[in-house]
Amino acid sequence: MSDFLSPNLVVFAMTIAAAFLSFYLATGRVRKQAIASQTKSHSLNQYYGFYVSLWVLVPAILLALMWMFAADPMLTSAAKARMVDAYPNLPESFLNLKMAQLVNIASGYIKAPDAVMAAQAELLRAAQASADRARSLTLAAVMCNGFFYAFRRVSPELRARVLCEAFLRRLFFLSAVVAILTTIGIVASLLFEAVRFFREISLFDFFFGTHWSPMTALRPGDAAAADEFVAGSTGSFGMVPVMAGTLLVAVIAMAVAVPIGLFSAIYTSEFASWRVRNIVKPTLEVLAGVPTVVYGFFAALTAAPFFRDLGLFVGLDVSSQSALAAGGVMGIMIIPFISSLSDDVITAVPQSLRDGAYGLGSTRGETIIRVVLPAAFPGLVGAFLLAISRAIGETMIVVMAAGVAANMTINPLESVTTVTVQIVMLLTGDNEFDSVKTLSAFALGMTLFVITLLLNVAALTASRRLGQRYE
Amino acid sequence: MDTVVDMAKAIKIQAKDVNVFYGEKQALNNVSIDIEDRSVTAFIGPSGCGKSTFLRCFNRMNDVIPSCRVEGSIMMGDVDVNSLQTDPVLLRARIGMVFQKPNPFPKTIFENVAYGPRIHGLAQSKTELDDMVEDSLKKAGLWGEVADRLADQATGLSGGQQQRLCIARAIAVGPDVLLMDEPCSALDPIATSVIEELISELQQRFTILIVTHSMQQAARVSQKTAYFHLGTLVEYGDTKDVFTLPKNEQTEAYISGKIG
Ligand SMILES: Nc1ncnc2c1ncn2[C@@H]1O[C@H](COP(=O)(O)OP(=O)(O)OP(=O)(O)O)[C@@H](O)[C@H]1O
Ligand SMILES: [Mg+2]
Repeated sequence: MSDFLSPNLVVFAMTIAAAFLSFYLATGRVRKQAIASQTKSHSLNQYYGFYVSLWVLVPAILLALMWMFAADPMLTSAAKARMVDAYPNLPESFLNLKMAQLVNIASGYIKAPDAVMAAQAELLRAAQASADRARSLTLAAVMCNGFFYAFRRVSPELRARVLCEAFLRRLFFLSAVVAILTTIGIVASLLFEAVRFFREISLFDFFFGTHWSPMTALRPGDAAAADEFVAGSTGSFGMVPVMAGTLLVAVIAMAVAVPIGLFSAIYTSEFASWRVRNIVKPTLEVLAGVPTVVYGFFAALTAAPFFRDLGLFVGLDVSSQSALAAGGVMGIMIIPFISSLSDDVITAVPQSLRDGAYGLGSTRGETIIRVVLPAAFPGLVGAFLLAISRAIGETMIVVMAAGVAANMTINPLESVTTVTVQIVMLLTGDNEFDSVKTLSAFALGMTLFVITLLLNVAALTASRRLGQRYE
Repeated sequence: MDTVVDMAKAIKIQAKDVNVFYGEKQALNNVSIDIEDRSVTAFIGPSGCGKSTFLRCFNRMNDVIPSCRVEGSIMMGDVDVNSLQTDPVLLRARIGMVFQKPNPFPKTIFENVAYGPRIHGLAQSKTELDDMVEDSLKKAGLWGEVADRLADQATGLSGGQQQRLCIARAIAVGPDVLLMDEPCSALDPIATSVIEELISELQQRFTILIVTHSMQQAARVSQKTAYFHLGTLVEYGDTKDVFTLPKNEQTEAYISGKIG
């Protein structure tokens, strides 16, 4: 069998063909019956076709999915057991390599290096072939079953349209459930690992410890030494400096983004003619599409050296990876975010309030500062909170520009580290995945998640309050 | 057009040949009118005839609309409202406006009334400001209802209370003239009659121009009535004359409910 006509593809094509065929047969049947019984069928003919096709397709798809998750791993583990017999002395990691090779040989991508592998590959191929055959037969049986069940029910009285719509409704509902469940799953796995971390390190040490150096904790002896060295320290997993760094960068980012974003929003919503607005607004929004890694470049290669040189020039000692550079560039990144949201909020303030202010003799500035902005305030707060939560969760820029040393400082000229940077540091490279060090990444991730979640909830509440006020 | 001027009352505002354009479209045609001091003048006419547009000429609110252009002169004393030299900000302190839909600011009741005195720097001290707020609320007939809840949000008041708050807010700046564009159209009959009584009281201190769609309201509260049709002032005179013996057949048709 050629590569292109792999068994999967053939089975897939046959399934689709079966679906079309059943559509055709079902519409034919209902048409004939309607003529024979001189009645008008409940739904349009096509719905009977869809109805039967769904009964053919959906069970088949479910079966194929189940097969993928259950049968394929069974095949692989059986092959692996045979490999262990064939190469009794091979270490585990090497065996895994051999397994990968074996799968490729069996699929015909590479040639077998020796007779043992060739024999193993032949066994695997045979097993796969019989599994494929079994799957095709089961699929065919399931499809026939579905077809006959549905086909026999097709008659002009059958409410096929209602049934099809019920199916669609369930499909959409299922999609929503899947989206929510995956989120819950992610959070749960995060929580699970975090709990494992907190079995080793106490909550108090983690949240209130002021010393963060997970790398030294890797070697137990050194960690103890380091702990003693930092006299009276609570351990190497104190997240306070990391959190402080995160907040410092976020505050710098907001200090850049809030004034510029808010003022440009005031300009586009209150002053710009619609023609200017139609140019300025999309332009700002395009900035939001720049990949964050590009901002990272800019921060590391342009902004950071610039601030360092500037510092040298005025006689300040600026670290080559400063919170200022990272925060400043991150601020630029969230400007469009703030300006776009704020513009929407300000535009939503009713014109009648502006008229009222003008009618009392307010100037344009007074109207904006004393009436429009206060009226928009809850929505603006919501926009800012969303922006902060973006800034806190942002990774690429800080990885490239902020630094890794967990300095406990509020000096923007020094290098700081952030939660996201630490997570990247902890989980990239060679790691055992159950050391306290890697587990601490999950604890950090959990903390970050809770903070951004709270910020987002607060933002939502704030803007909902604005909505209620002017409905 | 003939204008009947009651010699007992002085002329507060004199509009001459006012034309208003929205872009190319002319909304008002050579409107001339003399408004009496300390009286209520009602503007009536079918929808879209230019009543609001004309009312907004008196405090230059049409400036806010980019496409709008106003020609002609509107003299108030020796000030030409429509002249480029006149500062609309100062003008609007002398000519207050009340809108169709109550539009209190999303602030406290106190802050709403204090807004005008604050931006115009009218009060020298906190006590003076308090007095001004109290005085304005009393004139607007709202003091009794809100005296003990000045720190509450204004948006929590009923529609009729909100509209009286807007009147108090306008009065607090100390204007001579009040413009009201259908001030009761968003209110129920009881709130409406409260506002109508208020207008009759305010008339002793202010010159009031009111746009209304209710003929009964015009008859109840106004001394003078101006009837507009398709951007022209068709008839202007004492309210009792306009309603009992309209000179113009269009006016008669409108008043008797045949147009509008
Ligand atoms: N902002 C605007 N832009 C363009 N045309 C306008 C604008 N405002 C009003 N017009 C036009 O000017 C004319 C007069 O409108 P105006 O609002 O003064 O009428 P009105 O007598 O107050 O009507 P109503 O009783 O419905 O309030 C109308 O034809 C209207 O379409
Ligand atoms: Mg109007």
